[in-house]
Amino acid sequence: MIDPFLLSMLITILASGIRFATSYIFAAIGETFGQISGVLNLGVEGIMLVAAYAAYFVVLQTNEPGLGLLAAILVGIVMGLATAFLSVTLKAEQGISGIGVYLFGLGLSDLLFRVTVKSVQTVKGFPNIHIPALSDLPILGPIFFQHNLLVYAAFALVPLAWFVLNKTTFGLQVRAVGQNPEAADTLGISVARVRYTTLTLGGALSGIAGASLSIALLNIFQQNLTSGQGFIAVALVYFGAWQPFRVMLGCLLFSMVNALQLTMQVNRIPIPADIALMMPYILTIVALIFAARQLVIQPAALTKPFERGE
Amino acid sequence: MNIQHVQLRNITKRFPGVLANDRVNFDVRAGEIHALLGENGAGKTTLMKILYGLYQADEGEILINDAPVRIKSPSDAMRQGIGMVHQHFQLVPPFTVTENIALGLRSAREPMLDLDAVGKRLRELASRYGLHVDPHALVWQLAVGQQQRVEILKALYRDAALLILDEPTAVLTPQEVKELFVTLRRLTETGHALIFISHKLHEVMQISDRVTVLRDGRVVGTVATKHTNTKELARMMVGRDVVTSWDKPPVKTDDQILRIEKLSALDDKGLPAVKNLSLDVRAGEIVGIAGVSGNGQRELAETLVGLRRAESGVVSVAGRDLTNHDPADIIAAGVAFIPEERMTMGVIRDFTVQENLILETHAQPPLARKALFDFDKIAAHASQLVREYDVRTPTLDTPVKSLSGGNIQKLILARELSRAPRLLIAAQPTRGVDIGATEYIHKRLIEQRAQGTAILLISEDLDEVLALADRIAVMYEGEIVGVVPPNTPVDQLGLMMAGAKRVSS
Ligand SMILES: Nc1ncnc2c1ncn2[C@@H]1O[C@H](COP(=O)(O)OP(=O)(O)O)[C@@H](O)[C@H]1O
Ligand SMILES: [Mg+2]
Repeated sequence: MIDPFLLSMLITILASGIRFATSYIFAAIGETFGQISGVLNLGVEGIMLVAAYAAYFVVLQTNEPGLGLLAAILVGIVMGLATAFLSVTLKAEQGISGIGVYLFGLGLSDLLFRVTVKSVQTVKGFPNIHIPALSDLPILGPIFFQHNLLVYAAFALVPLAWFVLNKTTFGLQVRAVGQNPEAADTLGISVARVRYTTLTLGGALSGIAGASLSIALLNIFQQNLTSGQGFIAVALVYFGAWQPFRVMLGCLLFSMVNALQLTMQVNRIPIPADIALMMPYILTIVALIFAARQLVIQPAALTKPFERGE
Repeated sequence: MNIQHVQLRNITKRFPGVLANDRVNFDVRAGEIHALLGENGAGKTTLMKILYGLYQADEGEILINDAPVRIKSPSDAMRQGIGMVHQHFQLVPPFTVTENIALGLRSAREPMLDLDAVGKRLRELASRYGLHVDPHALVWQLAVGQQQRVEILKALYRDAALLILDEPTAVLTPQEVKELFVTLRRLTETGHALIFISHKLHEVMQISDRVTVLRDGRVVGTVATKHTNTKELARMMVGRDVVTSWDKPPVKTDDQILRIEKLSALDDKGLPAVKNLSLDVRAGEIVGIAGVSGNGQRELAETLVGLRRAESGVVSVAGRDLTNHDPADIIAAGVAFIPEERMTMGVIRDFTVQENLILETHAQPPLARKALFDFDKIAAHASQLVREYDVRTPTLDTPVKSLSGGNIQKLILARELSRAPRLLIAAQPTRGVDIGATEYIHKRLIEQRAQGTAILLISEDLDEVLALADRIAVMYEGEIVGVVPPNTPVDQLGLMMAGAKRVSS
């Protein structure tokens, strides 16, 4: 027999690991589309922050999580379009413009929060869904079947993304534009249109990622709510070698480590809090070192703006 | 699409500072191969990119079957039945052949891909035109000749009735060229119109029905191939008679400069590429290494200049053992190198003409004083070389990547020869270079020979080796299968290059 205390702790870790993975998955899958089409969007974190704030604020006003999500998606689309304008139309250096978008999002979300809300208040988030029979299962129920809508949506997104990228004409165009935009151009594919599409999609998904924190997981907003998750998502795309399922595994790895360190802290298992908090970030570095060996399969045109006739 | 006749009328295209096409008239009919001949920079690619919708003409019009058409994009061109095989292949290397073909096409099961259907039609086309290639193969794993087939199939799959081939033979081996020509003939028999771009005269003579020669953006003339010859075409292309044979006084000395003894080296995959090879080159002598590419020539050159490890054997220059010394040492010993990979090993693409000219000597007086450059001296040095070696560049600060291949090669030649080397290793010095520049480079090599430099000329172009070398060493599978005089019959050289004959010396 397993010690009941240990078992309940294990269930908590797995359940919250799955729940925490939500924001990573939305952000990282969105980023995957951008990167496969050849654009590195480092602004994910900034988009997540503004969207998280927008969702939070709308729910605070209307008490409707659905409307909050819609607001987050709209913010994501607008900021995704802005990112596309910078990196595709203006051909800005992607590493730098992404950091710009991040700083903009960090500052704007904090400013708006201070002006409109001032103090930390919780809002009504997406409720956990009760699935008859499944949710009531012992052990499996709490781990897999007591989550909110966005958690399930995130995991459903992964096979969908794989399908779009590998089985559709659009996906073929996305991959071609990231590998050899000149070739795509000579076949009458608009490189700019494809990249605008992937970045806008990525923006929308980053928006949902932000909302999944502020109106589903935590139901609050505060300065720098996302605390680096958007950047970790970028790293996870490398880690997952631009393949949705591997990216998802990376997300789960991170969220599980996060859940583990939280559970250990809550249960007063004696490890220094600083070390526990550092774990996800150390993991990022390790992941990137690991990913460095996979550069052979990297989209060849990643970070390179496209210009005809050079 | 049915194409009987395509006409380009009075096409003018300007780039900043360049008149790339100047009132060009050109036409092609179904069932013929019309060659477009011209030196690098003559405007051939520009004209074809206009026809394919990648560029817009500033003036002029395009007519298909006598009706004016507007071609604003590659999609427009494809819709009109025009296909283009680009000089630099436009393929996605990690994709399969089928995926490359399907890219950009509407599928019958939109939005889903239907690769099976594409693969099926691809197979039909491939067998109809004799363009055999595995539909499931990944493109990066294919040989260059096969990649070119994929490019042709891509155009045929889109029902191209007019096919533009931009320097299709530049990257092919002689065997692959033969196969390509068979395909091109078959395409004309099935009623396709073909535009064949080249600057190689004998290919144009062999494959085309008509030839139009472009020079400096203008049409020099259009002639029926059967009423012309290479000499006339060369004169139209360059604007004067071209020298192809050289007088060489006999080698005077017996001074051995380069001595290679039982040298062995590995290729990038770690397999033996140079096997127990011995050879020597005397002062004032040109030794040509002939052979089909991939028989260890590249590895040999790299080993000689210190870019590749010698596994065994000795390389000495003027009596000094330089085996496995680093390149700086070898350069200091008076060895100059014209690498086969011009753009990656010969120059730094994004550096300026001036910077590229001082890559080896920038740290030495008079160009530098202690750690600082003397920019006046550098500019003077560079502009003298540019003048002396006839490097056509707008300014000394132009990045080399915007120069033509021939001019880049002249720049490399200027840099290497200005050090008055004792030994020059020249690998494929005129590959992809136009006739005018080739003639110039040959003249320089002959002059250098007269000054007593030992020259090892590695070339796949047998005509070049025959014209320049005092002795010809034939390389096959990493070995020298014979050293013969330049009056050796070509047939015999061919047999040696194929490994079917050995001559002991
Ligand atoms: N995109 C471009 N921008 C500026 N100049 C160009 C461009 N493309 C070609 N040129 C110039 O136009 C001239 C003709 O070039 P090109 O058509 O490529 O010649 P060819 O194919 O005959 O070698 C050259 O002087 C070249 O430098
Ligand atoms: Mg060209």
